Amino acid sequence: MRFFKRILSIAAVVSVAVAGTAAAETIKIGLITSSSGQGTFLGEQMIQAAQLYMNQNKDRLPAGTDVKLIVRDDGGPNPDKARQLAQELIVREKVDFLTGFIWSPNAAAVAPLSTEAKVPTLLMNAGASINITLSPYFVRFSMGTSTAPFYLGKWAGARFKTSYIAVTDYGPGFDSEKYFELGFKENAGAEVVGRVRMPINTADFVPYLQKVKELKPDVLFVFVPTGRIGVNFVKAFNDLGLAKQGIKLVGTGDITADEELPSLGDAALGLLTVHHYSGAAERQATKDFNAAWAAAYGKDSIPSFAAPQAWDTMDAIYEAIIAQEGKVESDESMEILRNYKSDKSPRGTISIDPKTRDIRQNEYLREVRKVEGRLANVEIEIVGQQVLDPWVEQNSK
Amino acid sequence: MLEVINVVFHGAAFGMVLYVITVGLSITMGLMRFANLAHGMFAMVGGYALIVSMGRYGVPYPAALGLAFVASCLMGYVLERLLYSRFYGDSELAQVLISIGLIFVAIALVRMVFGPQSQRVDLPSYLQGQWHIFGLDWIAYRVFIIVVGALLILALWFGIERTRWGAKVRAAVDNRAMAQSIGIDTSRIFSLTFMLGSGLAGLGGALGVELLAVQPGYPFEFLVIFLMVVALGGIGSLRGTFFAALLIGLADTACKYWIPELGSFLLYGLVIVFLGLRPGGLFGAQT
Repeated sequence: MRFFKRILSIAAVVSVAVAGTAAAETIKIGLITSSSGQGTFLGEQMIQAAQLYMNQNKDRLPAGTDVKLIVRDDGGPNPDKARQLAQELIVREKVDFLTGFIWSPNAAAVAPLSTEAKVPTLLMNAGASINITLSPYFVRFSMGTSTAPFYLGKWAGARFKTSYIAVTDYGPGFDSEKYFELGFKENAGAEVVGRVRMPINTADFVPYLQKVKELKPDVLFVFVPTGRIGVNFVKAFNDLGLAKQGIKLVGTGDITADEELPSLGDAALGLLTVHHYSGAAERQATKDFNAAWAAAYGKDSIPSFAAPQAWDTMDAIYEAIIAQEGKVESDESMEILRNYKSDKSPRGTISIDPKTRDIRQNEYLREVRKVEGRLANVEIEIVGQQVLDPWVEQNSK
Repeated sequence: MLEVINVVFHGAAFGMVLYVITVGLSITMGLMRFANLAHGMFAMVGGYALIVSMGRYGVPYPAALGLAFVASCLMGYVLERLLYSRFYGDSELAQVLISIGLIFVAIALVRMVFGPQSQRVDLPSYLQGQWHIFGLDWIAYRVFIIVVGALLILALWFGIERTRWGAKVRAAVDNRAMAQSIGIDTSRIFSLTFMLGSGLAGLGGALGVELLAVQPGYPFEFLVIFLMVVALGGIGSLRGTFFAALLIGLADTACKYWIPELGSFLLYGLVIVFLGLRPGGLFGAQT
């Protein structure tokens, strides 16, 4: 069934593309993402979300204007390939907008091209804090990786005395380690009693957590890449009985990603995480988004955070197209994008900070609970109200 | 002391899983001189068999383990007859290419059927949580792995050292031409051994679902560590594979516990140094 849906959705792109060529004014959007290799799951959801947005908002386009989405596969963390694809899209296809990018290194490799060709480039993911500074034509609609750890740290420091930090041994892991600690230590007396950086291919976390069990911190902060790694981590945490010892596990939303909750099972109940999006939110926009997604891709497909990020990105592009009445010019597009605001995003109110071109959004504290028999990340508190990535904030002066 | 006990316990569990998966690879490499890099594929199939039979059809855990063994046995047998047997005696390059190709096919098929995400299954309640024995906490699942692994080792040792079939296998490993000339049907021995090796890999993959996450990239992701066990143990040696698996399991766990800053570097470094000194591995023929 899923397979056929995928074929249908591909057919939908093709039909959009074919229809596009017939119209007078065609705006081209180049989408570079991973539909093979690492990050495939998020990559496919980006494409699905972009298509869904386009199908639902056809009527909003100015008369005689059409939008053509050109999808390219970078095959995972592969900067050279991404740069080559971007060059092709800019030179041969003459795209008006570039977007996509699961991987921060891929976006970084494209930055010089965006600058030189003056192509507005909208980051649908690529969260490494520094990324946004690499080109004046970058606008980020996802998140900066320092944000959630910082506000989680701040929140945790007010409640717990001692913490242990466990992160994956790569760039975003270092950002998370540093900014959780900064946030945590903003509270007097809060102390980090230990830390570990775990290789990115770790499948078995028990040995690392055995150490935590002996140190007995009040709170254990973890950052690992979204997906199965988080599942394994939580599993090991429970196997060792750390929760029963009174150690509280907290993390970024990556350990309880919406789409992984079913495979985590009841082991996830009570986990506290900070993230900018939960599909279980009570907002009308979130519910509408979920309903549209379920209608298009079936009830069993659970949108991850990459989907609303792609959705909002497309909304900003459409806003730029509509405001310019279908005749897009790159600097004018940038002006509109950097002033983008929306209160209809599935993640609540968001806006682009005009100065840094990075996103401002809420960081929510969520707890995993059972809602109507299904596990869900229930938002219980806003720990960062319309905040910018703290690294970007510090380095923009 | 407590720390050492914990490291030995976790390391032994990991080592057992490695052993059950790699013993088949070591034997087939020793027996047929076939570098089957796609061995991890059978472990992955075992993992998926367990997950599907338990998750979708509600098969009880012990039966699902058996099913995983049977499924990968069958797959091993069919592939050996149809594909592998045609490449015995070919150059290593041909063998490596065909087995790498198989991995790609397996990854693509698995991704199409099960999707790119990792699969998980809930273990039966009697294997969840911890057992409190001798004043210490033992993770029930890992105790189970160690016990099953130990039983398998005994069974294999008995099969290879004490049965007629085992004697034939040993003869074929030592000197194939001579074994053939005294009337041992080596081609049948190859098929059966390959099948058994694949089945054990499947069982290991199923047994280790919580240690080596089951997802499409499995055969590549764990290829290096499987090959390390085989190389360290000495190709074709049951005993060597066991000690190598245990050693790597322990070293990996100890590194993670005491010196996580070094990551896996120390483990790889030690293996390189050791193989430099003894290229034949722990118990392999020293050439």
